Amino acid sequence: MYLDNERRPTLTPQLAVRVALIGGVALVAFAVIFFRLWYLQVLSGDRYLAEARDNRVREIKVQAPRGEIVDRDGRTLVDNRPAMAVVVSPDRLPDAEAARQRLYRRLGRLLGMRPRAVRREVESQLQATPYSTATVKQDVSDQLAWYLLEHRDEFRGADVERVFLRQYPHHEIGAHLFGTVGEMTAEQEKDPRYRDVDLGDRVGQSGIELQYDRFLRGRNGASRVQVDALGNLNRRLSKEEPIQGRQLRLSVDLDVQEAGQEALSAGTGRGAFAVMDIKSGAVLGLGSTPSYDPNIFSKGIKTADWKRINDVDNGAPITNRAIQAGYPTGSTFKLVTATAALEEGLITPDTPLYDPGSFTLGGVTFENAGGVSHGALALRQALTVSSDVFFYQLGAQLDSEGDGLGLQRWARRLGIGRDTGIDLPGELPGLLPTPKWRNALYKAGDTEKPWTPGDNVNLSVGQGDLQADPLQMAVAYATIANGGRVLRPRLAQRIEDSSGRAIQQLEAPTARRLDIKPEYRQAILDGLRGAASAPGGTSTAVFQGFPIQIAGKTGTAEKGDGRADQSWYVALAPWPSPKYVVAVTDEAGGFGADTAAPMARRILAALFHVKENRLVEGGGPSD
Amino acid sequence: MSATSPVTDFRERRMRLLPLDPLLLLATLGLTAASLYTVATATQDDIPGDPNYYLTRQAGYVGVGLLLMLLISRFDYSRLREWKLGVYGLMIAAILLVYGLGFSARGSKRAIEFGFINFQASELGKLLLIVSLAAFVVDRMRRLDDRETTSRIMLLTLIPAMLVIGQPDLGSGLVYLAVAIAILFVAGTKWTHFAALGAIALAAVVIVLVAAPAVGIEVLKPYQVDRLTAFLNPTDNPKEEGYQINQSLTAIGSGGKTGRGDQATQTRLDFLPEHHTDFIFSVVGEELGFVGAAIVLSLFALLIWRALRILTMSKNLYGALIAGGITAMLMFQVFVNVGMTIGIMPITGVPLPLVSYGGSSVLVTLMALGVMQSIYARARETATAKGL
Repeated sequence: MYLDNERRPTLTPQLAVRVALIGGVALVAFAVIFFRLWYLQVLSGDRYLAEARDNRVREIKVQAPRGEIVDRDGRTLVDNRPAMAVVVSPDRLPDAEAARQRLYRRLGRLLGMRPRAVRREVESQLQATPYSTATVKQDVSDQLAWYLLEHRDEFRGADVERVFLRQYPHHEIGAHLFGTVGEMTAEQEKDPRYRDVDLGDRVGQSGIELQYDRFLRGRNGASRVQVDALGNLNRRLSKEEPIQGRQLRLSVDLDVQEAGQEALSAGTGRGAFAVMDIKSGAVLGLGSTPSYDPNIFSKGIKTADWKRINDVDNGAPITNRAIQAGYPTGSTFKLVTATAALEEGLITPDTPLYDPGSFTLGGVTFENAGGVSHGALALRQALTVSSDVFFYQLGAQLDSEGDGLGLQRWARRLGIGRDTGIDLPGELPGLLPTPKWRNALYKAGDTEKPWTPGDNVNLSVGQGDLQADPLQMAVAYATIANGGRVLRPRLAQRIEDSSGRAIQQLEAPTARRLDIKPEYRQAILDGLRGAASAPGGTSTAVFQGFPIQIAGKTGTAEKGDGRADQSWYVALAPWPSPKYVVAVTDEAGGFGADTAAPMARRILAALFHVKENRLVEGGGPSD
Repeated sequence: MSATSPVTDFRERRMRLLPLDPLLLLATLGLTAASLYTVATATQDDIPGDPNYYLTRQAGYVGVGLLLMLLISRFDYSRLREWKLGVYGLMIAAILLVYGLGFSARGSKRAIEFGFINFQASELGKLLLIVSLAAFVVDRMRRLDDRETTSRIMLLTLIPAMLVIGQPDLGSGLVYLAVAIAILFVAGTKWTHFAALGAIALAAVVIVLVAAPAVGIEVLKPYQVDRLTAFLNPTDNPKEEGYQINQSLTAIGSGGKTGRGDQATQTRLDFLPEHHTDFIFSVVGEELGFVGAAIVLSLFALLIWRALRILTMSKNLYGALIAGGITAMLMFQVFVNVGMTIGIMPITGVPLPLVSYGGSSVLVTLMALGVMQSIYARARETATAKGL
């Protein structure tokens, strides 16, 4: 080595080796780096390029408005209202727990919520859907939204999103038809029919909204934007516009619907009605009282509201009495008994039976309403004056002849005590009493006595255990009037684009066909016509002066326990070739002619655009 | 060079015409040019309204640095040997001053604000350590085989190294150690000494990373340990320590063969952290691709080759040892920095010499290259004087 620093050293072999070693290390290091770079850039370049793209592109969901719902004339029944929602986006939410707490506190103060509630909302939603925004509060005021946007730095992670909320401009009118929308439930998430729905989106949860959700829901748009590492929007790359859901046209006539609900509200406040085209099954009106304003659902229903509309003491407004409540139907049921008696061969349209005013069977005496005697009469007259004794005899006979199930068989065929199949979820079948049902109850100890012929006598005039609803009665009456087709009622008419052009007709499936002799049907219809027009007809007085000729049957169902009788009326109009059936009931309206018949007149007036100067008073003979 | 008058003293004229190693100069200029280009494109969006903020500053550092390099190359580095105690003392004082006055850059105290430059003492320390350490080694040349010599030199290195690691600036501390090893290696220290040093280093690593944390003593901050070990499995914790490595790999990989140029989203959209300082090689990789990265690496290869050549040419031992130290400083920083960006080395916070943005690093590296040029010039001068 060099011993003297001032002398120029020669390159000793030892130093040469060591320098060569350093050079060797450098060479190896460069070689490793070059191979690694070759691997990264040349061999895996495409993969990393894709990763770099993923890195910078974010998809921002743009909510699609749901389709509107219109009535048969195109009048809006349900539409959307743009609103602002305060949301929290996961990619901008601070990582630090303290910073999150601060955000929740600030948001809570701004929105009038407890910080813990904000936190719960955000965390539960982000857990369910980690990549989409969590909604903290729907429908905040514009001022609040602007305040938040202007103070974004203080609310890092929070944002304002435009959302569409369902709006029901007619409030209580048709509330039971439209149903509600809400966030997709856990079961719906798993359902393949909801495959295209983004988590957190609102879908139909009941009513028409649920039934036709696949048409009504739109396709969300997406805005693809380039973001930087902090998630700040840098550039818009592409935009897929949201597509609004299809417009749904219902067969409902807003005027009829309104008239029906108003008529019902003017009664005792609990009841239901159904208006149907007897040829197609198209429903022109279907309502229930008490009703509620579905707007309370549009931004998440409050607990108090939910309790109120489910409160039985308050009439449980959420119940759709037209399809979910079962009632004895009173004399309106005589159409069914008549059909059974004729078809089972007990009588012909002209077989006279004697009505002395009462009927005794097995020691029990059944009386006409008011105890009046109608003398000898045939079917037409019996329907017109609503002779109970005439039908008691048929009821007793039907119970003893053959298998004793003639009445039940025909009631069932006409759709009593079973789902009508209307395109509205939640329908309940009601109850058609049979010996088998009663005896099973008796065996289980749930009733005092087994089936007796008296049960059939009661059923023959729509009293006792029978539970049917206005829509079932409408279907039964339509069947007799249309030649024997048991219709499946339909609310939806067609799917349209937003300008009202038809995209798809929603045809009602073929109905069941009953083979009922035309002369039998005509006899029944004549009887009903008489009831609304002949002297002594139960509702003749009510329809006096009404420009449209109708046929119709009153009904008064005894509910016992000192409760007021339930009032019924079912009308077919116009006479002699009916197009529509109107069924209406008031839970505590008394005689059919007193309450339900005037309601039917009001609905018929709306249906036929009849201007009436005054509301008719009810009244007339008892049924 | 300025024109010379006919009456100029021969010696003085020779001084002025002292040669520079042209290839070393070429590599230096090439790398600084690459730095200016990369800093310019990488930072154009970083400061809104001032796209050239970093470029103008880096250009200033490069300009001043090149000037310093030329000036230093004029001086005879051999004079520094006499000032070794002063140089070493200055280094320690500067590092301690940072502790006293330093301002915090991202949680680590490294720099003193010094006019428009935030002066990093640990960077200057690299050069000062080389100059003084080489002098100490020359003084003990006759007792080089004594264990005491190696121990003393290592002790002289460990004092500043531990001080800067405590700042905490782990990268510079490791550079100091690498420099010391290189100087001893070039001087001719016995292999057995290196073997002993290696064993001690291994034990130290085990104690620092495994044993000490197990008994609750924190030698390195937890984040430093995480950074050191993250490269072994970057996908383990992609949000935290692995994040930088993943983003760097994505940047370099997406550059492909010829780079993405303006479309270099990893850099431009800030996904790549520290893209103008420690991770500037990733920017080169993304914007200029394999070709660009290869050119930059070739310039470094050229630089290291010339440095090793100057080491062998040096007119005296002192020069050779300084050249060895500077070569080691450059090599260590290049390999550790580039290795970090391509995921084969831990993240230690070592800048890429001449290319990374930063006044202290650029100035000190250029000054070191000035010393290299000085060694070259003296060697050529001596050779000429001997009538070569």
